[in-house]
Order: sequence, then C-alpha cells, then structure tokens
Amino acid sequence: MSGSGTDRKRVVVTGIGVVSPLAVGAELTWKRLINSQSGIGPITQFDASGLPARIAGEVPAGSTEEGGLTLSDWVPVKEQKKMDRFIHLGLAAGIQAVEDSGWKPESEEDRCATGVMIGSGIGGLKTIYDNSLAVAAGKARRLSPFFIPSSLINLTAGHLSIRYGFKGPNHAVVTACASGTHAIGDASRLIQHGDAKVMIAGGAESAICELGIAGFCSARALSTGFNEDPTKASRPWDKERDGFVMGEGAGVVVLEEYEHAKRRGAKIYGEIGGYGLSGDAYHITAPAENHEGAYRAMQAALKDAQVDPADIGYVNAHGTSTMADDLELGAVERLFGDAAFGTSMSSTKSAIGHLLGAAGAVEAIFCLQAMRDGILPPTLNLDEPSSESVMDRIPHKAKEKQVDIALSNSFGFGGTNASLILKRFKD
Amino acid sequence: MSNEIADKVKKIVVEHLGVDADQVKPDASFIDDLGADSLDTVELVMAFEEAFSVEIPEDAAEKIATVNDAIEYITKQKAA
Repeated sequence: MSGSGTDRKRVVVTGIGVVSPLAVGAELTWKRLINSQSGIGPITQFDASGLPARIAGEVPAGSTEEGGLTLSDWVPVKEQKKMDRFIHLGLAAGIQAVEDSGWKPESEEDRCATGVMIGSGIGGLKTIYDNSLAVAAGKARRLSPFFIPSSLINLTAGHLSIRYGFKGPNHAVVTACASGTHAIGDASRLIQHGDAKVMIAGGAESAICELGIAGFCSARALSTGFNEDPTKASRPWDKERDGFVMGEGAGVVVLEEYEHAKRRGAKIYGEIGGYGLSGDAYHITAPAENHEGAYRAMQAALKDAQVDPADIGYVNAHGTSTMADDLELGAVERLFGDAAFGTSMSSTKSAIGHLLGAAGAVEAIFCLQAMRDGILPPTLNLDEPSSESVMDRIPHKAKEKQVDIALSNSFGFGGTNASLILKRFKD
Repeated sequence: MSNEIADKVKKIVVEHLGVDADQVKPDASFIDDLGADSLDTVELVMAFEEAFSVEIPEDAAEKIATVNDAIEYITKQKAA
C-alpha cells in the first residue's frame, strides 16, 4: 500500500473545505452537485452587458447556514479590505478544511511541522485593475499600502498560516488552471519527503471582473452562445459546446502523514495514491496534438500510484466545455485501452464552471466524496456528444457506483498538465 | 474648529482600525493601544490627508503615533 518505495510515507486527507458557485461548504456543494443543480448565472459582480460572455459561476451571497457567502463569518471586517476576493474565498475554504480536520498544533514542533500550499491561477486581478485606474487618474501616490499584499497569489497561504500559527513550509503554486491539482500533489510530496507532517493544500480563484472576462473573451476561450440560458452553457463533450464558463471559488484539503493522522484518531476521507506532471512544449493556450502531454501526466500518476487503468473506477476530467474535451477523452481512451470500456468519467465543470486555479482542488474533493458515498457526479448538458466513446460520461444524472480509486486531471495554459490519483481509504 | 477636527479624526480611526469609539482616547497609540500595524498607520495617514485636504510628509507622518498627535498636527496645518 505504500506506493513505489517500500518505506514511502502514506498521505491521507483529513479535512476538506469548498467554496463554489453551488455553495459555501463542501457538503452542501456536493449535495447540490449530485442533485444536478447548476451554479451558473448572469454576471452580477460588474456590468458585463458590453461583453460577448455575460454569465459565470459566482459564489452565492447569503447566510452561511444556507450555503451563501457571509464574509464576516470568515474574515474580520477590518481585515477584509486587505485582501482581494480570491483570498477571501481561499480563507473560507481553508478555515473549513482546518476546522474539519480537528488539527490544532499546540507545540512549537507541531506548528513547524504544519505547512500551507494554496495556489491560484491569476491572483488579485480586480485589485490590480482598480489600482491601475487610480494610477491612471493621477493618484499613484495615494494607493493603499495593502494593494500589493492583497493581490499576491501566495497571500492566501500567508494569511492562513498567520491565523493558525502554521510555521511549516509556506508556498503557493501558479500553474494556471492546473494550480489546485499541482498544489495537492506537490504538498503530498513535501509530506512524503519529510518536510512536513501536515499540509493545508489547494487553490483559490476569483477572476470574474471586467478585466478577467474581457481577457478570456479575447482569447476566444469563453462560451458566448448561452447568455440567455446560463445553466446550459457549460456542456463538456456536447456537440453544442462553445467555450468554458468562468467560475470562482476555492478548494482546500488537509493532507496528513498517515501515521500522524492515525495517532490522533483523525477522520480520514481518502488517500493520495499518486501524482503525475508533464509539459506540452507546444503552444501557449492549445493542448498538444492528441493531448499527448495529458497522456503522459496520467501515465506518470498511474506509475506513481502503482495502479493499472483497470483499477480506476472514476475519472474527473479537466473537461472545460471547449474543443479540447475530445482530445482529453482520446488521451484517456488510449491510455486505458480495454479498461476504458464502461469506466465512468464526468466533468463537474458542467455544474460549477471553470474555477481556474481552484478547479483541481475542488475536483479532487469531489473524487473523495464520490468514493465515500458511492455516488459519481454527473456531466450536465451532455445531450449529444460530439464524439462517441466506450466510456460512461454520466450524462445529466449522478450515478450510484462504488469506486475505490479515482483519477483527476487538470491542464493549464502554457502546456502544463497534472493528474492525481485518489484512493478510498483502506487501513 | 479643533473639536470638529478631533471628531473627524476619531471617526476615521474607528472606521479604519475597526475599534470602538470609546477606545479612541486622546493619548491612545495607534500601534500599542488600537491594534494597528505599520501598514495600517500608512493607510490612516492617507485617510487624514484625504479627509482634511492636507499634505502630511513622511517625516511628519512618522511622528504621528497617537490620536492627539494627529489632531494637533492637522489643527496646526489648518491654522497655518
């Protein structure tokens, strides 16, 4: 069970936290996800009427009890203005995960053995935009002293460490839409390597601002044909798909060295089975031919986990609702060979949109919940696939199926690929 | 005039540092008594400049440590 090395440390997940367009809260998000609800709607954070894409997956406002974002429940009012929204969302997910894990280091040794690695694809884009406007208006000398620290990507990790006194490795991954997956994979390696016993890991993103939406529109990446019917816009593998839908949110897990978790009697959600990475060396935004970089990342993860494709019961696809969906499907089918027949694969981006640097972390949590509950989340809006497959892509409705091992994929601009293998926990 | 200034200074301190109004005593130190850090004090001075339309140069700003320091400095500037 210990992976490739005979004495490699096992890494388990002992806490989860999610902030998503479906809800603030890991369990409420999951409940709504498997109930085929969509978190996509018209953009409310700014006036998007002049842009070709006018919909997004925004984190709902409202009371914490009902799964809405009441920021003062997570971040003291005085501190809020010192952080961009992506940090607010990251903290809300991070606090959930830490509290869920019950881990409270009390000795200096324990504090130093607890680290944080929370990434983001873009960081504080709206804060940068607002301050740029101030500079353009001649107010360069009146910028807030909090402008820089509220925009920096690693400040989610910074704030979380300050709040809890976590003095171990403090790090942040920036690999565009693969950031969340890389963060969990890299943080696991830090535990395996002995740099930490506990790592709080994941991703946070909030780029639903004019600059973010307009920029992705210019890159021709966003769906523009479903502005009047937002819940239909994110439709991975469907023939009518026309781009991804921007989402925002955060996913954070508490990773823990198995013996450490066992000693303190922690609840265990699952195990990080393996991790694989690759680069395309091809194009800044388009995936390599046949998604061969994705193929190699998945292959590396399988090797790291010492499992065969036939052992994988569920794949959470990157599946952004773009042309690349079919390339990913092809890469999975080639890698799995005969094992692809009947294997389940879905894209949960169909319900929450693309959370960019938070996507992989939220999706890894979905894999853990799916294995825990024996329910696989659906691919919404998959009415008519653009290409046939021997795989089961779980259209429209969640599916009951007990799975022991899941694979989660994330790919980012720049040609960066990451795959995680997650296992249902067995002693 | 000076009472007006004092009230306005107190209001700004309450807003920016998230403290109760009765904590904002004349001799209260922003850092030692009101929980501000060095970046908070930079922001506070900017807020004073904005609210009172005065320029507070850096060397003067460094000497504004308490509520009274701020009131006195601004009163003097406005009188000049």
